[in-house]
Amino acid sequence: MTQPVANCPNCGAKIVFRWSSSVQTVCDFCKSILVRTDVDLKKVGQVADLPPDSSPIQINSEGKYGNKAFVVVGRILYEYDQGGWNEWHVMMNDGTSAWLSDAQSEYALSFSTKTANLPPAAQLHVGQQFTWSNQCFTVSVITPAHYRGVEGELPFQYWDKTDVTFADLRTESRKFATLDYSDSEPALYLGEFIEFDDLKLKNLRSFEGW
Amino acid sequence: MSAGAPPLSGPPKPQARALNCPQCGAAITLHSFGQAVTVVCASCHSILDAKDPNLAILQQFAAITRDFKPLIPLGTRGKLRGADYEIIGFQRRHSKVEGISYSWDEYLLFNPYKGFRYLSEYNGHWNDITVCKELPMVEGSSTNYFGEIYKHFQTSDANTDFVLGEFPWQVRVGEHAVVTDYVHPPRVLSSEKLNKEVTWSIGEYMYGREIWDAFKLPGAPPEATGVYENQPSLVATNVTGIWLAFAAFTVFLLALMAGFDMRAKKEPILQQTFQLNRGDARGEASFVTNVFELTGHPATVEVKTSAPVDNHWIYLNYALINQDTGQAWDFGREVSYYHGYDSDGSWSEGRQTDAVVIPSVPPGHYYLRIEPEADPLLPGLAYSVDVTRDVPVLGIYGIAFLALLLPVVIISFRAYTFERSRWSESDHPPMQLSNMSGSSGDDE
Repeated sequence: MTQPVANCPNCGAKIVFRWSSSVQTVCDFCKSILVRTDVDLKKVGQVADLPPDSSPIQINSEGKYGNKAFVVVGRILYEYDQGGWNEWHVMMNDGTSAWLSDAQSEYALSFSTKTANLPPAAQLHVGQQFTWSNQCFTVSVITPAHYRGVEGELPFQYWDKTDVTFADLRTESRKFATLDYSDSEPALYLGEFIEFDDLKLKNLRSFEGW
Repeated sequence: MSAGAPPLSGPPKPQARALNCPQCGAAITLHSFGQAVTVVCASCHSILDAKDPNLAILQQFAAITRDFKPLIPLGTRGKLRGADYEIIGFQRRHSKVEGISYSWDEYLLFNPYKGFRYLSEYNGHWNDITVCKELPMVEGSSTNYFGEIYKHFQTSDANTDFVLGEFPWQVRVGEHAVVTDYVHPPRVLSSEKLNKEVTWSIGEYMYGREIWDAFKLPGAPPEATGVYENQPSLVATNVTGIWLAFAAFTVFLLALMAGFDMRAKKEPILQQTFQLNRGDARGEASFVTNVFELTGHPATVEVKTSAPVDNHWIYLNYALINQDTGQAWDFGREVSYYHGYDSDGSWSEGRQTDAVVIPSVPPGHYYLRIEPEADPLLPGLAYSVDVTRDVPVLGIYGIAFLALLLPVVIISFRAYTFERSRWSESDHPPMQLSNMSGSSGDDE
């Protein structure tokens, strides 16, 4: 695995990319949001302190998805009126990237899936059904959320967002889908729910008293 | 692999957060590390916004609300399904069915890694509940979940009467949700509809003793009363299976019978006819048959008596005697046949033949000694005695069949009674118990 090394244009600290395709990272020292260009790193913003959260996962946590190992390299934190959730950016040992979401300790792993003709947010309603990858998905909840912050490496530029809409779609199996309306073009993620024990997570945070 | 990377300045270790109630000033501790959305003050029962640093009051009560004491105190930790969980929330809810109010309690359990699960308790019956990640398929009045069919049990309004502790969602006293239960003992699948959102959960029946052990609670759990909707049958989980096993055994018995019947030689040994005259001396006139030889292995010997009795009886004292060893088998047989007419029509009793089987008679030379007795009114008659060697004994199969049938019938009956008690509490009570004057719910 390549580990390109550069220096933070803001504070000069060493920046190591664990995933060669990372587009954005956050300097561990000065919390500058850095975007990779062809030649160097450019500071595009600054991460405010993330609110204390309850996820047991952290950057560098390791786990298993089937027979593939992964390591957590970044995250996006969202909030909505019933709490918050994390989308952890994970790097698989085959070089692909995926998202491990953690919402109230419900864990799911999903992959970005390119599909044409995704419905616009305004046309979406609960109960609506879609078929992707020969699987029928039902919209279970549409959540207006707001971007709360980022950490670590991400496969795209993602910063300075305001409110975004998410739609969760469930199935009669463990498979699920998320429609993400962060950008002008909707993005589809297909994945499945995974039991905490099955993720075989290591390097987790510890909780006082547990 | 990131040995050269700067050390992670990760966030501090999350700890339980201590706050004060803005209403009464009592201390409040949040145990779920930022997952709480609402928290209830244990002293004044105000419902507070756990997301707000100042704990804004969401709901407060003019009068002191009734204080329900959870059976498992908040803060208790126990081991459930292999993980430690802490009781962080409690709510009492009720629903009204046909004018009768039923109350139950729900406990919210938390583990920072595994998340949330619930325990519910009604009349000493417990359920371990988790939220479904998969959508159950509703098919008419039942639901398919992972290939298992859950039958509709009840749809009712669940009203929240009392809350305590913290919750990862918005709770309010007085709110009501439509709860529909589908059962497949020991599991129950519930859909809870609050506003527009439907949440499915799956519960598994637990005994009070298991809960007491898991949370190391003192004393004994409350006695479970009645039969709960998803309580596993105490009698048999699979009555059909028992009947199938019984059927298989019956087939086996029949095969065994047929096999032994085919293998039995049914060798005729002796047939002799004797005359019994009216007025013969009673009980004295014994005589013997011809000597006959039994060869081969020890085998059954059947002695069959045929007498054309007609509203009379004869009684024969037999002795099968081994001429070589003097060994004797004594037995008495009666042949009687009565018939007639009465107010119920024609009747009959007894038969004109009688057969008895003597087991394991060794080879040798034998004869029968016969001492006849007869009805004094009997005119003379001729009766015959047939001796057959190696006959199959079929009676024991009948006894085996009955011995097996009896427990199967008892189990089936008890299982049926249990299921009746279960369903009598549902929207679909068994016919004889349904309330004819009222509506019986949403039967299809």
